[in-house]
Amino acid sequence: MTACFHCQEPVPTGLDLTAEVAGDAKPVCCLGCKAAAELISDAGLADFYRFRTAAAPRPQGSSDDVWSTYDRPEVATPLLGHEGDLSVVNLLIEDTRCSACSWLIGERLRRLPGIARAAVNPATGRAQVAYDSTRVGLAEILRSVASLGYRPHVLGATDTLEVATRERRTALKRLAVAGFGMMQVMMIATALYVGARQGIDPIIREYLRITCLVITGPVLVYAGRPFFAGAWAAWRSRHLGMDVPVTFALVLAFGASAWNTLAHRGEVYFDSVTMFVFLLLLARYVEMSARHRAGSTGDALLRLVPATALRVRAGLRERVPIAALVADDRIIVPVGECFPADGTVVAGRTETDESMLTGESRPVEKREGATVIAGTLNVGGPVEVALSAVGTSTVLAGIVRLLERAQTERPRIARLADRAATWFVTRVLLGALLVAVIWLWIDPSRAFEATLAVLVVTCPCALSLATPTVVTAATAALARQGLLITRADAIESLAQVDHVLFDKTGTLTEGKPRIEKVWPLRGTAEDALRIAAGLEQVSEHPLAQAFAQIRTDQRAQRVTIFPGEGLEGVLDGHLWRIGTKSFVAAMAGEPPTGADEASIYLGGETGWQAAFQLEDRLRPEAAASVRELQQLGLTCHIASGDQIDAVARIAGQLGITDWRARQMPDEKVAFVHGLTAQNHKVLAVGDGINDAPVLAAASVSVALGTGSALAQATADVVVLRGDLAALPDAITTARRATRVIRQNLAWATLYNLVALPIAALGWIPPWLAAIGMSASSLLVVLNALRLTRSTKPAHAVGAPRVACPA
Amino acid sequence: MTIIFLLIPLGLVLVGFAIWAFFWAVGDGQFDDLDSPGWSVVTHDSAAEHPPTADPGRDEHD
Repeated sequence: MTACFHCQEPVPTGLDLTAEVAGDAKPVCCLGCKAAAELISDAGLADFYRFRTAAAPRPQGSSDDVWSTYDRPEVATPLLGHEGDLSVVNLLIEDTRCSACSWLIGERLRRLPGIARAAVNPATGRAQVAYDSTRVGLAEILRSVASLGYRPHVLGATDTLEVATRERRTALKRLAVAGFGMMQVMMIATALYVGARQGIDPIIREYLRITCLVITGPVLVYAGRPFFAGAWAAWRSRHLGMDVPVTFALVLAFGASAWNTLAHRGEVYFDSVTMFVFLLLLARYVEMSARHRAGSTGDALLRLVPATALRVRAGLRERVPIAALVADDRIIVPVGECFPADGTVVAGRTETDESMLTGESRPVEKREGATVIAGTLNVGGPVEVALSAVGTSTVLAGIVRLLERAQTERPRIARLADRAATWFVTRVLLGALLVAVIWLWIDPSRAFEATLAVLVVTCPCALSLATPTVVTAATAALARQGLLITRADAIESLAQVDHVLFDKTGTLTEGKPRIEKVWPLRGTAEDALRIAAGLEQVSEHPLAQAFAQIRTDQRAQRVTIFPGEGLEGVLDGHLWRIGTKSFVAAMAGEPPTGADEASIYLGGETGWQAAFQLEDRLRPEAAASVRELQQLGLTCHIASGDQIDAVARIAGQLGITDWRARQMPDEKVAFVHGLTAQNHKVLAVGDGINDAPVLAAASVSVALGTGSALAQATADVVVLRGDLAALPDAITTARRATRVIRQNLAWATLYNLVALPIAALGWIPPWLAAIGMSASSLLVVLNALRLTRSTKPAHAVGAPRVACPA
Repeated sequence: MTIIFLLIPLGLVLVGFAIWAFFWAVGDGQFDDLDSPGWSVVTHDSAAEHPPTADPGRDEHD
């Protein structure tokens, strides 16, 4: 099958559509892709297709220009920051999948007049654009991004991204200072150690020691600050963290070394101090990077609500920002727009797409008096709505709160690890104190050295490196299999999982209806498809997507939409109806027999034309992946917002015995809580916004990359290729990672148990303790790196995939 | 060995310069995105002069 040159989805058979890219005709799957490909080529940006490593998103056609409202000052001003004369806006861009995507967006923006800076980060999907607002508008910027097929969301002027950037920059600087300092001090320390064996001029010895002091002082003060701050905070809250013994060891070692240097006697431990600081900072930097990948979700969720609404007051229609809306206002919501607030339909009939809330993929009919919910999409017809709840009192805002609560519930596991660390740290401090007291009794001159050796040797270095290095190595290994880990302890949780909860819509299935079967009742199937496509072109109905892939030059005239039933229009001079059986029968006469599985019918004034069976197909790899998961000893469940018959069919095909249909988000959360209450670890797999609370409630969550960017932001693991087969691999890798963590912890414990008594006996000088500690850490790191060697070449993609047009 | 009285301070000055340069680079945002700028070498302007690089086996040297 030919793949679309732009989005790489299969081109429907029989479709002959090409786009002109750099002088060649390339096959494309739809008019949107054609337009995007030609736009990219005409702008001289065709290189995108050579350097991208992932397919481009499929442009979503929209007849209305939704972006122009962003040129209104009352909408734009609160969203903008300022840098001198320039306006700065932060964007979240959905579907940026690789470096080429961010390059393309950046290039496109830089070609607009008045753009001073456009930085797009492919990893986070965030973009920052600085522009001259007198020469280009915000709407124009958003329109340019949207025309390439990416969906921009405007974030506020100050963004969590900036906080993260600042944090990362500071950490990098500290790491560099510690690293440079360590190299210098180690170099000089080597000379001192050699000198201690072979003899050294006392003047040079003192000079070298003073140099070490001069370097270590600033390094300790600048790079070591996080430890001192942590220890101070721990001290004030009366609990012992890892930072306390670290600070103790650093202050003791540095203080004694400085004293000995100035007093020209005894030992110095500057090398141990700098090395200690550097290694600990390195471990923390690795952990921080993983943490930053998760974005702020609640904020992004609220962006679902449109920026403006059409308010009706005393018969006058006016576009106002939604912040200006109050309860009891009346607004008109056109087709294809989201409801900005909760309310009741007072005029008109429509259907709404509530899949973001319930996961139900079929539209829900809304007549006068029916309740509509903020953030849901109006797909039927224009309606007038009397508002009942706005802003933070809407159902959507409630979901955001549910999500935030679920996220704050999580650090319980983190607290447990903290308690273990406190236990270890207390023992170390008590041990050091005991050693000091005993040595003061026996031989006061050796007391300090032995105490310091105990503090350094038992420093939680190997212990603290044991987990993060394995997590990093496993994260890298998983990334090559197309999985992105967004939370540091996700790997540990993945390894313990024993139940898997699937959300049917879009996770097990492809999430878009396709034409499964055509029964021509008259004429050929091609004729029927052509007529149906011509009629459905006008519709925004989800089921109409199934027909969108069929090429047709015809467009139906005088189309009337009957919500919940179908639509009527004129094509080739005939009046046609497409929709439910009874709806078409009202025009075409007695319904035909056969075609029992059909869900959509086509007929006209002259009789019945055809019947279609539309189905949301299973992902091709779903059955094999579920089987593999079951072989790994996991129990699979389905909890879906869909209709009972649809869920039952899918569950039957996959061999999943436990399934629930018509589930609301809170029911799914309750189900997860029920399982966790029985000490089960639950893995939740989802793709929609309605999953977000479920994903957060589960022990570990996985989002498929083809879903909305919002679910990705909450999930612990994101499957970038939208491929379920990566799931069993992830669990296997996570289990291997946990094994390596256990080995590392066992080694660290053994090392400490052996080294501690020897150090306490005073047989280890601090420099040897520091070397022993480093060797132990190195062993831990090397053991972790074994994970990066993939054992499963079948799924692993070694080099980045170069998208090669077939 | 007296030369080290000069060389070590000199070395420290160099280290100080290196740290200053690194701080400047971090502040300039050069470490914020380590993936995409690498592509600019191959994507900027030079594109038309070279054959496509999709085939990894092909030697790109002139």
